[in-house]
Amino acid sequence: MSLGHTILGLLESHPRHGYDLKRAYDEQFGRTRSLAYGQVYSTLSRLLKSGLVEVEGVEPGGGPERKRYAITEAGVTDVAGWLARAESPEPYLQNTLYTKVVLALLTGRPAYEVLDVQRAEHLRQMRELTRRKAGGDLADQLICDHALFHLEADLRWLELTGARLDELGREVRPA
Amino acid sequence: MRISPVEVIGSGPAADPVAEHPLAHPGALLSGAGLVKHYGPTTALAGAGLWVMPGELVAVMGPSGSGKSTLLHCLAGIVRPDEGVVTYRGQSLSDLTDRSLSALRRTDFGFLFQFGQLVPELSCLDNVALPLRLNGVRRRAAEAKAREWLERLEVADAAGKRPGEISGGQGQRVAVARALVTGPRVVFADEPTGALDSLNGERVLRLLRSAVEETGAAVVLVTHEARVAAYTDREVVVRDGRTREPGAAR
Repeated sequence: MSLGHTILGLLESHPRHGYDLKRAYDEQFGRTRSLAYGQVYSTLSRLLKSGLVEVEGVEPGGGPERKRYAITEAGVTDVAGWLARAESPEPYLQNTLYTKVVLALLTGRPAYEVLDVQRAEHLRQMRELTRRKAGGDLADQLICDHALFHLEADLRWLELTGARLDELGREVRPA
Repeated sequence: MRISPVEVIGSGPAADPVAEHPLAHPGALLSGAGLVKHYGPTTALAGAGLWVMPGELVAVMGPSGSGKSTLLHCLAGIVRPDEGVVTYRGQSLSDLTDRSLSALRRTDFGFLFQFGQLVPELSCLDNVALPLRLNGVRRRAAEAKAREWLERLEVADAAGKRPGEISGGQGQRVAVARALVTGPRVVFADEPTGALDSLNGERVLRLLRSAVEETGAAVVLVTHEARVAAYTDREVVVRDGRTREPGAAR
């Protein structure tokens, strides 16, 4: 996920201080991991340099000065472009798992164990998400569903690979 | 709403636990070990095993033709294995006569399949009441209990309708009500949401899980879908008629 675009999107609704941005981010997107202050300010600094945000005002306080950031027109255009673009499908775990399966076959280890261990871990995560869904609001349910569908896709790949282990073994380790 | 198990007439096992069978998993409610089953030249099970504790939900996973359903049928006493032993509350099912086994299935086990399990000529209320009537429960008491379960499964509106007049999702919730109405100790489910879309499937699973958590029934659930298995506590994988337990969920 693009943190820069997310922060720009949060600024588009109204100008905010760095602290407000972190709080808004955590509230909307930080269900599994909250945002570190350092990430907020380093991202704002980068966006400032790119001309996508500007400092709208500075308020003196007891500590360091509090800058209020606002999105620029260029920033709005950038967010719009990002929202309109489809994301490239990520390779997720397949590359790593494929490597493990092939190495298991090459070294004469039971490759199905690699798949079994991974299936168990995937199912463990899916159970956690399913429990979280059961006790959550609609936002929780939709977020969990997204993760569940991805894990399920991985598992379908695992099952298909499991069904083709003999064939794969012959290819990677010809007689 | 608390659903209490109903009094049923039958020749099921005594209420008190019996001594552990030497081949049963310690403390297990239901346990199968070394199960072998041949259908002609085809080997469906080649030494499979599975145990389930009281109140536990176990998923039986594996590719098509791996022996999942045969394992479930052996555990439920529908099919007698060629080798191996199935014990229920410490008693071997092979020691039971067909008549006793049939009574046990009526009183202690509930069944849920993918489709075709409701009697099309009967109303949904009569479908749910049917297992109670077969167990000798009077009509009025059976219907009252059936209505409770239809409400519990959020399908009370279907009581007067026939299965052909309701949606697949509603029909499957009626089937869950029917599987649970006798207060079974074990529910056997074979791809119970295989014919439903995601939302309806999840609703059925959520209600099934919540209902058995209330009644304390154990569930053996055959599925090839990970999202379905995620509603259980633990999975057992069947491959080429053999079982493996790659991980425990709790």
